[in-house]
Amino acid sequence: MKKLLACALLAAVLLLAGCHGSTGRQALEIPETFDETKPIELTFWAKNDTNRTQVEIYEKAIADFEALYPNVTVNMRLYTDYSRIYNDVITNISTNTTPNVCISYPDHIATYLTGSNVVAELDGLMADPNYGLGGGKLKFDGPGQDGIVSQFLAECVLGGRTYALPFMRSTEACYVNRTMVEALGYELPDTLTWDFVWEVAEAAAAKDGDGVYAANGQKVMIPFIYKSTDNMMIQMLRQKGAGYSTDGGEILIFNDTTRALLLDIAEHVRAGAFSTFKISSYPANFLNAGQCVFAVDSTAGATWMGSSAPLSDIPADQFVEFETAVYPVPQFDPEHPQMISQGPSMCLFNKKDSQEVLASWLFMQFLLTNDVQIAYAETEGYVPVTDRAQSDPAYQDYLARAGQDKSLHYDVKIRASQLLLDHTGDTFVTPVFNGSTSLRDAAGQMIENVTKSIRRKQTVDDAYIDKLYDDMTSLYRLNQSGGGVAGVTRADLGPLPATAAILLSALGVTWLLIGLYALKQAAGKKKNRKIT
Amino acid sequence: MKKIFTLLLAALMVMSLFACASANEESEGVMTHEEYVAAELDTEVTVETYVQANQSWWNDQITLYTQDEDGAYFIYNAACSAEDAEKLVPGTKIRVNGIKSEWSGEVEIIEGTFEIIEDAEPWVAEAADVTELLGADELADHQNEFVAFKGLTIESYTYTDGDGAHDTGAAFAYGWNGSGAEGTDADLYFQASVNGETYTFTVEYYLCNETTEVYEAVRNLNVGDVVDLEGFLYWYNGANPHITAVAPAAAE
Repeated sequence: MKKLLACALLAAVLLLAGCHGSTGRQALEIPETFDETKPIELTFWAKNDTNRTQVEIYEKAIADFEALYPNVTVNMRLYTDYSRIYNDVITNISTNTTPNVCISYPDHIATYLTGSNVVAELDGLMADPNYGLGGGKLKFDGPGQDGIVSQFLAECVLGGRTYALPFMRSTEACYVNRTMVEALGYELPDTLTWDFVWEVAEAAAAKDGDGVYAANGQKVMIPFIYKSTDNMMIQMLRQKGAGYSTDGGEILIFNDTTRALLLDIAEHVRAGAFSTFKISSYPANFLNAGQCVFAVDSTAGATWMGSSAPLSDIPADQFVEFETAVYPVPQFDPEHPQMISQGPSMCLFNKKDSQEVLASWLFMQFLLTNDVQIAYAETEGYVPVTDRAQSDPAYQDYLARAGQDKSLHYDVKIRASQLLLDHTGDTFVTPVFNGSTSLRDAAGQMIENVTKSIRRKQTVDDAYIDKLYDDMTSLYRLNQSGGGVAGVTRADLGPLPATAAILLSALGVTWLLIGLYALKQAAGKKKNRKIT
Repeated sequence: MKKIFTLLLAALMVMSLFACASANEESEGVMTHEEYVAAELDTEVTVETYVQANQSWWNDQITLYTQDEDGAYFIYNAACSAEDAEKLVPGTKIRVNGIKSEWSGEVEIIEGTFEIIEDAEPWVAEAADVTELLGADELADHQNEFVAFKGLTIESYTYTDGDGAHDTGAAFAYGWNGSGAEGTDADLYFQASVNGETYTFTVEYYLCNETTEVYEAVRNLNVGDVVDLEGFLYWYNGANPHITAVAPAAAE
């Protein structure tokens, strides 16, 4: 009876020891073989640029993949906003209902990684001889081990491990109304500099007593509009060799260079030369209406830019005829241009069923095949992320036909893609860590705040910047030590859940009882020995 | 005694005249709608208004369609807790402080904070029939108001891109060019004509999602249907009404 009791107690202890509060999943063990007899259903959360063709490309990719692997069904959910995907993923992590594959930014993936094994590490999958990149058992012709453009893959490496693959890449471009620049008496240089852009922008801001701008004869003119002010600040700091952050997440942005840049921007706002998308609207709307000289936006927004833009939010009768030049973003050092690399990446979520994860990996790889890469890159000013797609004759032929029509071969779009192809070596990515999204937001918000303050006739000086730094640090929690390498540093999980507290207490009580029982047994034996 | 009583009654009557105020009288420091319209952009404004509808709360912010007897105010991304969002039912009176701004022609209050005015009589706008103003400059005078368009004929939805005009043959589209899909957060777009001209209307998903009657009503539209519409006269590079109700046109 006592032995039975002891065994029962031991079993209870083992059960309790098995209960813990972690929501971690098991790390993936790559199956030897993909089971093509097992029905598998995958969920794919995809982002498109409200572009019907992009949706059709995804649909075709899914159909083609399912034809190769009939046991797999891919269900796609469409988004047009990265922040919505991010929000939904975060919500679904806690309920274990994440999708299988998701289009995302690496900054966002860094936050997903705060959960243990939520996002699958891809290094093992990539290197797998059977199902990895160029693997022997693949049913499609995907990129090989070194087939992804290394500069594009770099952003997907977090803490020394690969947690994403790039899907498409873009950069920012400065779309210029060349006609207006020349009418103002300037000639566009080979490389735009910040000094040149500010000078021309301020010249374009001149207006008469009735508020009519000399540059365009209209009452509206915003000479220089920037879409993504986070990129603006990041690129300016990089070009200046100034601090933004370390790879480990140490915040360096609140420095004197940032201060000088913000004060300078304030002066140009005061001169009526500059505004932002958040304050004024899409740069394209103003550019195409002849109300902007320099419009900075993603190369993936090129189809909205120019007199003949295929896509537009303004009525046709507001368009103005002009020649559009496509430049890299302005530079401080034209001899050594630097520009950000950006664009959608893909990540894969761990599931209990390793076959399901392997199927997800195969689908993710399939999105890197030439047909998908070339087709999607042609929808906007993107470039394919694989060397083989970039060098494919079909893609090269597409590039060579710039201007042949105002749709597939829209010249501004192709020139935007060519810009990135020509400057891939000049691109950079920012460190990705838990908190990098917040830092990026703060970077852009500082420019937004300075611009708004000038427009509201507030004083922007050193004291203002001091307060701005404090406000940004507080608002975006940039003084907390929650950064660090993604996947390694654990976030503060808060107080212990009640169930975990009860279980741990019960575990402690059980050990106490076992100990007391053992002591009692030992005392009893000792007493018996004394008697005998 | 009688004299004192009479004097007291008279005093009470005089005081009650001061106490009687219309439901829409602004508190001290609050602008009238006329003053708001006249205010410069990028200046601080304070208004009192009534919630008519709201887009879904997200990330400690909420966007409100508001109106009073004199006009409408669109409150973009006001700071709002989830708890307060629940209280902002149609008719709720609020005092809003923020910055007057304009974005793509839409005049709005941004960076707003609000407080709910307790014990105020609720007020909900009736839709103003602006059918005859479609296409006219005067329509802009009703920006952000709750409006109605009556007796419109649903047309086949057509959009234009670099490949030219695309006639979908359908009564509506998910997204402006059909790039959205059922089961997503895509806005619904549809077109309707009156007096020989066709206009585009939107069911803004974050105002009226798939659980609402209007979302389903639009999905069930047929080309040729004659309908009455109600909604908020949002503006984006021109009139961009956010439709909240669709019904078969009332017989005249």
